[in-house]
Amino acid sequence: MTSDALLAVRDLSVEFATPRGVVRAVREVTLEVRRGECLAIVGESGSGKSQLFLGSFGLLAARGSARGSVRFDGQQLLGADPGPLRSVRGTRVAMVFQDPMNSLTPHLTIGRQLTEVVLDRDLLGPQEARARSLEALRAVRMPDPAARLRQYPHELSGGQRQRAVLAMALMTEPDLIVADEPTTALDVTVQAQVLDVLREARDRGLALVLITHDLGVVAGIADRVAVMYSGRIVESAPVRELFAAPAHPYTAALLRSVPRLDTPLADRLASIEGQPPHPGEERPGCAFAPRCPSAMEACRSSLPRLRSAGDRSVACHLPCSGTAFAP
Amino acid sequence: MAGSTPASVMTDGGLWADARRRLRGNRAAVAAAVVVVLLVLAALLGPLVSPYALDHVDWTLSPLASPPSLEDAHWFGTDSNGRDLFVRVWSGTQVSLLVALLATAVSVVIGVAWGATAGYVGGRLDGWMMRVVDVLYALPYMFFVIILTVVFGRSLWLIFLAIGAVGWLTMARIVRGQALALRQREFVAAAVTLGLPAHQIIARHIVPNVLGTVIVYATLTVPQVILFESFLSFLGLGVQEPLTSLGRLVAEGALEMETAPWQLLAPSVVLATLLLALNFLGDGLRDALDPRQG
Amino acid sequence: MSEQLLKVRGLTVRFPMRREGLIGPRRWLTAVDAVDLEVAAGQSVGIVGESGCGKSTLARAILALVVPQGGTIEWRGQSMRLDDAAALKQMRRELQVVFQDPVGSLDPRMTIGESVAEALLALQGPQAPGAAATRVAASLREVGLDPALATRYPHELSGGQCQRAAIARAIVARPRLLVCDEAVSALDVSVQAQIVNLLDELRQRHGLALLFISHNLAVVRHLCDEVVVLYLGRVVERASREQIFAAPRHPYTRALLAAVPHPDPAQAARTGLVAMREVDAVPQSATAAVPGCAYLPRCPFAESNCRTQAPRLEDAGGGQLIACHRWRELPVAR
Repeated sequence: MTSDALLAVRDLSVEFATPRGVVRAVREVTLEVRRGECLAIVGESGSGKSQLFLGSFGLLAARGSARGSVRFDGQQLLGADPGPLRSVRGTRVAMVFQDPMNSLTPHLTIGRQLTEVVLDRDLLGPQEARARSLEALRAVRMPDPAARLRQYPHELSGGQRQRAVLAMALMTEPDLIVADEPTTALDVTVQAQVLDVLREARDRGLALVLITHDLGVVAGIADRVAVMYSGRIVESAPVRELFAAPAHPYTAALLRSVPRLDTPLADRLASIEGQPPHPGEERPGCAFAPRCPSAMEACRSSLPRLRSAGDRSVACHLPCSGTAFAP
Repeated sequence: MAGSTPASVMTDGGLWADARRRLRGNRAAVAAAVVVVLLVLAALLGPLVSPYALDHVDWTLSPLASPPSLEDAHWFGTDSNGRDLFVRVWSGTQVSLLVALLATAVSVVIGVAWGATAGYVGGRLDGWMMRVVDVLYALPYMFFVIILTVVFGRSLWLIFLAIGAVGWLTMARIVRGQALALRQREFVAAAVTLGLPAHQIIARHIVPNVLGTVIVYATLTVPQVILFESFLSFLGLGVQEPLTSLGRLVAEGALEMETAPWQLLAPSVVLATLLLALNFLGDGLRDALDPRQG
Repeated sequence: MSEQLLKVRGLTVRFPMRREGLIGPRRWLTAVDAVDLEVAAGQSVGIVGESGCGKSTLARAILALVVPQGGTIEWRGQSMRLDDAAALKQMRRELQVVFQDPVGSLDPRMTIGESVAEALLALQGPQAPGAAATRVAASLREVGLDPALATRYPHELSGGQCQRAAIARAIVARPRLLVCDEAVSALDVSVQAQIVNLLDELRQRHGLALLFISHNLAVVRHLCDEVVVLYLGRVVERASREQIFAAPRHPYTRALLAAVPHPDPAQAARTGLVAMREVDAVPQSATAAVPGCAYLPRCPFAESNCRTQAPRLEDAGGGQLIACHRWRELPVAR
């Protein structure tokens, strides 16, 4: 736990009250994001990866509640008053969601939506706002930026829309961008360009959280990776080490099951049996035990705690080959 | 025909059983359903329980309009003509319910068939079908009802036909909108690739998926119909003496509000309770029929 | 020589767009532009391309869900016309589909058992009492679902289970060709692998042919013997799996393959665009009647010829077809 972490999440839990009981989407998650670093959160449906950040920044749906501690640059966000929270959210932290059509208002021009971000907060005057919006569009490599300012979202292609949303995120020159599946809906060629833009932003000192299930994207841009399963972090490591020697069986299985272009063809894809757990599914032991090829008795009855060694951690009962993990 | 419909080969009407189960779990809806059932029973049995007939004028009273009393079995009091209100209120409830249910049924059947076909088939057929709806919508409604009354004479059947004939228009529009949206869904494309003919797709895939909206709108229609019917009665075009309806009773009672408040009280309370209960029940039905809410 | 199931020649599908002005000429969006395609029995053909390339429209035209403006579709030697009801019925029995959205492709008001039964009854007529339920159970078992799930509704099942149910519905009447329109794209990664394996198994067990439409090149490489690359409605390259992935020749194919990020940080640094000039080929280009090559705006190898003359598909040897004026000059290895 370093003190220069830009975002420090400690024991964050997010719950939803539903007619059928309490659904725990995020369970005691602890992680950090440092300046100028890209942290990738990998997980499938029901892992809680999106709720983790929605909960951190006060964006949960009505029946949701978050507990724990979330500090941004030292300032506690959970339970903060709406005023201070809003001054952080949207100015120093920007969020980018998966479907750009949902983030863009259909009846306002792109230019208007870009300038609105800074004008509403009285950060810039109208002239400067316009200048910055052009800069932002250029930074995201939007073709013909001046023309785009006058256009409406439906006149842009999917890739252009996503870049417009990224430009909106850059308008306030934030310290951290949280991007939830930003390239999933995009063509692979456009995805490559959007990733280039994100990489450049990170190289300029911006901290980046990338929530995704696409391991190729993770390999391309992340510095560190945290793998989530059923609301918990099961493994976290620097990106090269995670791919080279995954410690958790889930991470290993996930890596094996992704079809790749650069490896010899196999008869069958190595798939993981069963399906990802429903959000809030409760189990006494490890959530991955039913699908784990190496599950032992202990795995089904007791929950493995996250153990760390250096900059790697893993939550698994199995003794791990290679790095020794202190309890 | 056994063995020829998917539902019959797999389960015994599984969807409706599921819906019933869900409805039973919704306490507000169950309470509302109980209230509606009680009101219906009261409407049917009320006039039988009372010693008085619907149009019997009780000359023993002085004045003719008298407040509720237990001794002479005028439990709701009497109206300005000396007729027992208990009997009149429940008879009126019968008439209101009958008119509302039948008129709504007519508008649902015609509206759903029209709207689902227009929405699913689309193209020029849709255009023509909805132009018919637009033209009918533009007709002066009252004018239409008056003409019908003049031609066919005043009768209860005419009222539901008239109301139903107009009620289906909005239903058709709503259903058509839903059908248009449903047509884009992949399960409809899947049904087309099975080679199913249009009428089967409409009946099996479109209509069941619009039922939720139809039910909700139908339960909203019922109170509208009751109110509209009382308006007609007020103009002398609706239910004729000696038959009466809740709306008519409320209208009459409102005139005597200051001197004989009981005349307004009983029918209003019954009407309000009925409408509230129908709304809760409609909500419950909508939730029960939409599998995703389960 | 296996039987040729599907033969598509010169298929063109256009959609009308708004007129220019009030009385100007009507503009058309050409979604599929003179596409040729064949699928033989037991063969697995992949169609790849990005958004706006027309692959979904192509699938719909083949399934007789949209009316093409030009070209022919032959099913087992018989020409398919939308007004020939009997022939269409026969084709539907043998040509089935699995769509992208697992939950959306099942009627939310029918249990999955009923959905599968509906397919059986529609394609093979009324069944003896009990026989249908047995076949539905068998179909569910074949796709790895517990037959007890037949009484569940789509919203009660996970995405992977719904997609298995959709596959069960598609194969219950024993089709000969299965069109998969982005059938694994909406699934979680771990489930994707399961479904891909399932499709492969079904293929081998029943000699089922596959027409697999996807933007995921790695999955296509795993599953398909032959690959067709579409760009703005036109076929730009067609080759066997080995040829396409080891030695792509069309500039677009190369760009596509180069842009796929490898799940390997050591290699990821090398992922990049193979010099693409203009970033977004917006589908609007498909509206203008483009005289030259459709890929021109983005092609780093374009020359004057490319602007005026649309390239035809030429055989580069070994059955690899390419539509590019300069394919002979371009270096072969990626």
